[in-house]
Amino acid sequence: MWIYIFRRVLYAIPILIAINYLTFLLFFTVNTPDEMARAQLGNKHVTVEAISRWKKDHNYDLPNYYNSSESGSLAFTQTLFFQKSIKLFAFEFGNADNGRNIGTDIRKRMWPSLAIAIPTLFLGLIVYVSFAMLLAFFRATYIDFWGVILCITIMSISSMFYIIGGQFLMSKMLHLFPISGYDAAGNTLKFLIMPVIISVIYGIGGQTRWYRTIFLEEISKDYVRTARSKGLSENIVLFKHVLRNAMIPILTGVVTVLPLLFMGSLVIESFFGIPGLGSYTIEGIRAQDFGIVRSMVFLGSVLYIFGLLLTDISYTIADPRIRLN
Amino acid sequence: MEFKRTTALTFTSLLVACLLVACDKQSWNNPYPSADKNKNVIYSHFAERPKSLDPARSYSSNEYNFIGNIYEPPLHYDYLKRPYELVPLTAVKVPKPVHYDKDGNVLTNNNDAASIAYTEYEIKIRKGILYQPHPALAKDDSGEYLYHNLKPEDIADIEELGHFNQTGFRELTAADYINQIKRLAHPQVHSPILSIMGKIIVGLKDLSKELEKHQNEKKLNYQSLQEMIKTYRADFTDSSNFSEMIRHYENLVKKLQTKLSDLKALARTLEENPTLLENTKSISFWLKISGGIKKLMSANTTKQKILTNNILLLKKIKIINNDLLASLDQELIAAQRTSLYIDLRKFELKGVKQVDRYTYRIRVNKQYPQLLYWLAMPFFSPTPHEADKFYSQPGLKEKNITMAWFPIGTGAYMLTKNDPNSKMVLSRNPNYRGMKYPSIGTAKDKATGLLDDAGKLMPFTDKIVFSLDKESIPIWNKFLQGYYDAAGINSESFDQAVNIGQTGEASLSPSMEKKGVKMVTTVRMSVYYFGFNMLDKVVGGYDKRARHLRQAISIAMDHKDFIDIFINGRGIEAQGPLPPGVYGYQAGKAGMNPYVFDWRDNRIQRKSIEYAKKLLADVGYKDGIDSKTGEPLIIYMDLAKSDNAEQGWYKKQFQKIDLQVEFRTTDYNQFQRKMFNGKAQIFSWGWNADYPDPENFLFLLYGPNGKVKHKGENAANYNNPEFNRLFKKMETIPNSPERIKIINRMIDIARRDAPWMWGLNPKSYVLYHGWYKNAKPHAMSHNTLMYKRVVTSARTKSRINWNPPILWPIALLIIILILSAVPAVRVYKNKLYQARKDNS
Repeated sequence: MWIYIFRRVLYAIPILIAINYLTFLLFFTVNTPDEMARAQLGNKHVTVEAISRWKKDHNYDLPNYYNSSESGSLAFTQTLFFQKSIKLFAFEFGNADNGRNIGTDIRKRMWPSLAIAIPTLFLGLIVYVSFAMLLAFFRATYIDFWGVILCITIMSISSMFYIIGGQFLMSKMLHLFPISGYDAAGNTLKFLIMPVIISVIYGIGGQTRWYRTIFLEEISKDYVRTARSKGLSENIVLFKHVLRNAMIPILTGVVTVLPLLFMGSLVIESFFGIPGLGSYTIEGIRAQDFGIVRSMVFLGSVLYIFGLLLTDISYTIADPRIRLN
Repeated sequence: MEFKRTTALTFTSLLVACLLVACDKQSWNNPYPSADKNKNVIYSHFAERPKSLDPARSYSSNEYNFIGNIYEPPLHYDYLKRPYELVPLTAVKVPKPVHYDKDGNVLTNNNDAASIAYTEYEIKIRKGILYQPHPALAKDDSGEYLYHNLKPEDIADIEELGHFNQTGFRELTAADYINQIKRLAHPQVHSPILSIMGKIIVGLKDLSKELEKHQNEKKLNYQSLQEMIKTYRADFTDSSNFSEMIRHYENLVKKLQTKLSDLKALARTLEENPTLLENTKSISFWLKISGGIKKLMSANTTKQKILTNNILLLKKIKIINNDLLASLDQELIAAQRTSLYIDLRKFELKGVKQVDRYTYRIRVNKQYPQLLYWLAMPFFSPTPHEADKFYSQPGLKEKNITMAWFPIGTGAYMLTKNDPNSKMVLSRNPNYRGMKYPSIGTAKDKATGLLDDAGKLMPFTDKIVFSLDKESIPIWNKFLQGYYDAAGINSESFDQAVNIGQTGEASLSPSMEKKGVKMVTTVRMSVYYFGFNMLDKVVGGYDKRARHLRQAISIAMDHKDFIDIFINGRGIEAQGPLPPGVYGYQAGKAGMNPYVFDWRDNRIQRKSIEYAKKLLADVGYKDGIDSKTGEPLIIYMDLAKSDNAEQGWYKKQFQKIDLQVEFRTTDYNQFQRKMFNGKAQIFSWGWNADYPDPENFLFLLYGPNGKVKHKGENAANYNNPEFNRLFKKMETIPNSPERIKIINRMIDIARRDAPWMWGLNPKSYVLYHGWYKNAKPHAMSHNTLMYKRVVTSARTKSRINWNPPILWPIALLIIILILSAVPAVRVYKNKLYQARKDNS
């Protein structure tokens, strides 16, 4: 298994370089360093000299990929791409274009993201599994039929509806929770309840249907028929045998998203004023801050690759028949 | 069973969560801690996190909301007087200009402007003004600064400024103002006004070059030292290698010692047992062996000596190497420290001199009366040199502890919580001297209670809490719930808040009045216009054809209609480049643009479309057909945002005069590129006033400010020699009838040439609750928070009344869920029955 993990880590390096390159390419196709300087310096009284000074101070005065004024390896290392991207591999994120240290901001902002994402994940898991079990239990009845219709309806509505509708209902009409905001100092819970409830409700449609499919697939397997033929009740078959076996794909699916919880939710965080990494990414994009964008894309990619690796490992733990070679 | 337990756990968690919220002893949806319930706090919001709070760098209104209340420039604006009037803040009085000729002789104001070589302003500040408590100013008992020589271990546990245990303060001096002016030229600060002030303040541009050179040298020194140490380390690595070598030699010595003892033992054995040699029967052989052993012993002894010496030498080198590396590291840290810090006191700025502890002089090239307005902006606030030194220390920047994020001022408030990702808190500066609320205002001010606090010491509130809220819906709802004291009105909530009467007057809606909400409206000192690129072949140029074309389009583009449809009537049609409130602006018939409007029925009315069509027909564009080509004339609008409704409206306006319009929509960056390259034809742009002087608007049409040729702010690239000549004259003379005359002439030239469709001046509508006192919009002032007062008891009461938790829908939901389980139970029972039946 260690060889497998080592090999996967090696595979990740060219993938990450490619992702870095694509981010760089896309960002600099839309922007030039001059525009990034202008975005930071403001719109008033910005002179060509001021832009040059800013670029020099932020190392944006280098050529993109090849520095013809340097020789040897310096021709490649003294370039914008190398200088801005390669340090990411050592998790040195550097400074944002506005001068703030990205690493420090990430360390501070990952906690609010986790504060939303972890309860959403686990509460969601309980709700989705329960609902899916209910539908599987009442399969081929009108409860299953209307349940699936409800799921499809929930899936079909934009997330914005749940956010704005939830804020309107729970905060404006019923006065139950603050409409937005975040307070890390002991007052956190009341800011988390509404975004977590809304996130869980929004996920009901897709997740329940997926879990329902898993359960139905399990139900049709031979061991279930054997269990029934032995005279076990439907409750025992479903909750003791089917649930346990169906949890393998569910849990390995959950493992995939675990590392990504750090990255937060772009929309939820923006609308609820949660100072997490999701809203950090949005801010970086809006401010055309390449420093933030490249760091967040890189971090997201690393976490995603890590998540996939964890999934593979979790397969071996969950199912002894699988070997990583 | 497991399932039941999980479900029970979920509901219990939710219930506990709800109970915890309920235990807060205040409205459940209150976003603030219950401990702050009756505190003297203003609650506000910010939509965008500030880019920098450095007064030399910051240049946007959302940043001024914070630093305007922290830093104190020498002048500020009277809070109540209109038109805006400059009054001293830390200065003793508003300075008067003293003009000099090229020989340094003082000139009287009556002298010819051409003979003025430079002008000086002497600013005397008040004594006894103190800085806020700050670690940069903390000293130990011996008078040394506590935190100016921080080592990495000192800041290991520091995450924000408040983590420094000690703070200090000192008196404000003239040197601090000089330090700040020098900071405008600092290469790391990137002040946006360096380009302007470099031309105005004597020597600032030279200082900027000198500082840049100095910084480059320091950087170079640091980099070469870094490189040297790196090479040294690569050659001599660290002490562990020395230890290895020593160990190796010691092993060799041990081996030699063993060898020697063996040889000694052999020699002894031979000496003690001569019979052993008898077997060889040869004396010569004995001698050989004996000699050989001696030689070997001697060689090994020498080797041993050499190795022991080597070991001693290596041990010495190891100590020296360690010492050297440590000293090099220290030197590197020192070099890094120096490369990051520039002691501005060591650099002379020719145009700024300290006269005494409380007085300094600023010398400007020729004359520049607008300097007084700049002296009311945060750019000219004082900053202590200690702060530069403190913040430049290695390691602090990595923790975001910089001047850009932790201001140090003398103002009424200081930033006590700085989390631009969530919350910013201004707290009363304990060292603030206090300032009296103004006593002079208009009759309306008196009637609206704005003079109730006249003469009282400010600030009135202890704290201002700014929460980050990016979306308009939460902001509006928090205002309605009483959690924000004041708010603007967005388009979605406009109808809910405001009623527009038949005459177009805005008043509060009954629901707002019932809540005790108040509203103030004011025309902002801004202009949003459509510009014609004067370098363009179709719409540009100064001949009759181009002029008539631009005038006709200006007539067709009905901005009143635009204001009503797109911004809920919140604006007025602009008649020229100057917005209301700026010196030289005229309202009514005198201020009307006669090329686009007529004075009919005692009011300004747009000229008819027939007249516009006639203008076009006169220059060969009859019915929108270009007589030269016989093709329809197509006009291009270059836009930085795509809005179908607005584009439809523009199309309709052009159709009125039979012109076709096409939209070239790009993102903002590409739009800017087009503007810099002169590729746009008609574009939309805007300008917010820096100060209430006509120069700040008319310079947008001054030829040498052209965007394409000079990369300036004249986006239309308008260049009329007569206008330019008048601008240079108007720029430098004081407000007077003569200046008004020049301004009117300039405006008339610009209206005739029509480089802009003059667009609109936006109106701001601000709503505030009844408990929020002394609210009067001020377009120029940045330190307005100290004037505000809140009646906390009224606020607390309203919040409780407006936000009672409503729980019955939750109960209803639970009942529905229970009821919905009934059919499921029935289905389950049927299933069981069917199963039993099948089994039987």
